Amino acid sequence: MEKMQSNAKPRAGTWRHELSVHKWLYIMIIPGVIYMLVFRYLPMGGLIMAFQDFSPYNGDSMMGAFIKSPFVGLDIFKKFFTGPDFYRVLKNTLSISFASLIFYFPAPIILALFLNEIKNVAFKRVTQTMVYIPHFISMVIVAALTSQLFSTTDGLVYHGLVQMFGRANAPDIMSDPGLFVHMIVGQSMWKETGYGTIIFLAALSGVDVQLYEAAEVDGANRWHKMWHITLPAIRSTIVIMLILKVGTILNTSYEQIFLMQNSMNRSVSDVFDTYIYTKGVVNGNYSMATAAGMFKSIVSMIMVLGANKLAKAFGESGFY
Amino acid sequence: MTKTKHLKVKRSPGDELVQCLIYLFIGIFALITLLPFVYIVAGSFATERELTERAFFLFPHTISFNAYQYIFKTGDVVKGLLNSLFVTIVGVLINMTLSCTLAYPLSRTYFKGRIFFTNMVIITMLFSGGMVPAYMLVSNVLHLKNTYWSLWLPGAVNAFNMIIIKNYFQGLPAELEEAARMDGGNDAQIFIKIILPLSKPVIASVSLFYAVSHWNSYFDAMMYISDKNKEVIQIVLRRIIFLTSSVATEGGFDWGLFGMPPEKAVKMATTVVATVPILVVYPFIQKYFTQGVMVGSVKG
Repeated sequence: MEKMQSNAKPRAGTWRHELSVHKWLYIMIIPGVIYMLVFRYLPMGGLIMAFQDFSPYNGDSMMGAFIKSPFVGLDIFKKFFTGPDFYRVLKNTLSISFASLIFYFPAPIILALFLNEIKNVAFKRVTQTMVYIPHFISMVIVAALTSQLFSTTDGLVYHGLVQMFGRANAPDIMSDPGLFVHMIVGQSMWKETGYGTIIFLAALSGVDVQLYEAAEVDGANRWHKMWHITLPAIRSTIVIMLILKVGTILNTSYEQIFLMQNSMNRSVSDVFDTYIYTKGVVNGNYSMATAAGMFKSIVSMIMVLGANKLAKAFGESGFY
Repeated sequence: MTKTKHLKVKRSPGDELVQCLIYLFIGIFALITLLPFVYIVAGSFATERELTERAFFLFPHTISFNAYQYIFKTGDVVKGLLNSLFVTIVGVLINMTLSCTLAYPLSRTYFKGRIFFTNMVIITMLFSGGMVPAYMLVSNVLHLKNTYWSLWLPGAVNAFNMIIIKNYFQGLPAELEEAARMDGGNDAQIFIKIILPLSKPVIASVSLFYAVSHWNSYFDAMMYISDKNKEVIQIVLRRIIFLTSSVATEGGFDWGLFGMPPEKAVKMATTVVATVPILVVYPFIQKYFTQGVMVGSVKG
């Protein structure tokens, strides 16, 4: 041991030794690290625009524009929070998020509990295969299906509704602002409920069957077993999923909203993501859009960390 | 075994009813997910007259291939499919190369930079610069607009997917690696000759996650690609479904005996064509994605 260390080779435990022994690990990690720096960290530097009256024409290059754009402190944020858009966008975003938290979040848990009650293996496998499929379908196709089923021109379901309620009363899901949240949450549920069961079913597959048998011997019925055995088994999974969900409270699925947005429902469909896109990418008001994005990022981070702390306080293992 | 049989007999009629309702509920839910697809497929083979006159059908009276002839003749859909295929294949290669080479060092406990670089990844999961700086980076700084690099590079590593791979690498038995090291293998050789061949299941499932997201991605292509020749299938689909009402005038197609341009059927057929590639590979990959989600559910 002593002899080996006194050689010309760098001593074990030092950085030079580490680099010579695990040279390849450090080479291997370079592309990933460069990617992270350029595409994840460099945009964080771009947040400086939220504190500037930024214009890309202020300099000859992008870097020059950053340097030459005047700093305005928190003026952009003040303008954003007191402006006419903030309240409307916040309200729209939160109504979609809360509806989705109440209806969309529990749906896969309920479906998983039901699937867990199915003893017929063939029926279970076939239905599972079917309900997973929509997860793999693009949002554009979901929007296409929605339009083919619910549009007033060639919607199949719409025509059915017209027969039931009459033309005046049939709900026009595609453009009625009052039904926008229903449509968005409904689409998400249709698309993701089935796939969402996988993680809960995986947790349930670990439950010892003997627990159920013992409970039956003790006279437990279906609900007793569900409440005392099945639910506790998936409780920590539910908590982790809830943390993740709460962290995305200001993130709506922007591709979905963007595709379903039209001139009729814009008053309720303008959420943070579409606002940022329109303000920044379309209208070129970079500073305002960046400030809105930064607000969203910070709130999301606080929500995730807060929910995580709360979960730990209640004795769950949390996410990090 | 006999015990459970015995218990089943003791089930009350009320409980039997609940069991039936559960089957019914799941059956209905499965039908609701499936019926739209069946209707779209049936409609894509129907004549325009039948689509206008009949309310709902799962089998058209008259089978017509007009819609498919139209979309394959005008070429936009075919071009979109080929472009999407190219974007997906190259995209997944880039994703997997970067994700695996990043995941491997992070999975080795003896790698000294492990905690630093892992934190570097986790921070990006919690906080980001947002859409506008990212857009400006791609379009104004790197000038990637109208190149497929704008679809490949910004999302080249998905932190969740990378952690799934990392966890899998971590779970592989250490003995194999030690044996290879005794034989004088360096880290790169161990990674390529031992770790990667052992990781086929996770490579398959994460490749699938990446492939599906490339194939389905709409928003990035909408922001960055305006060159008509580079349009991906989702863009073409969106245009045909929502913006076209001029099927008849496009492509100079002769509708023959049917008279009417199959506008509704064209929309449906385009939806079918864009969905089929996913549905065709779905049965082969199903075992992998369940695996992938379960591997991923192990905490990072």
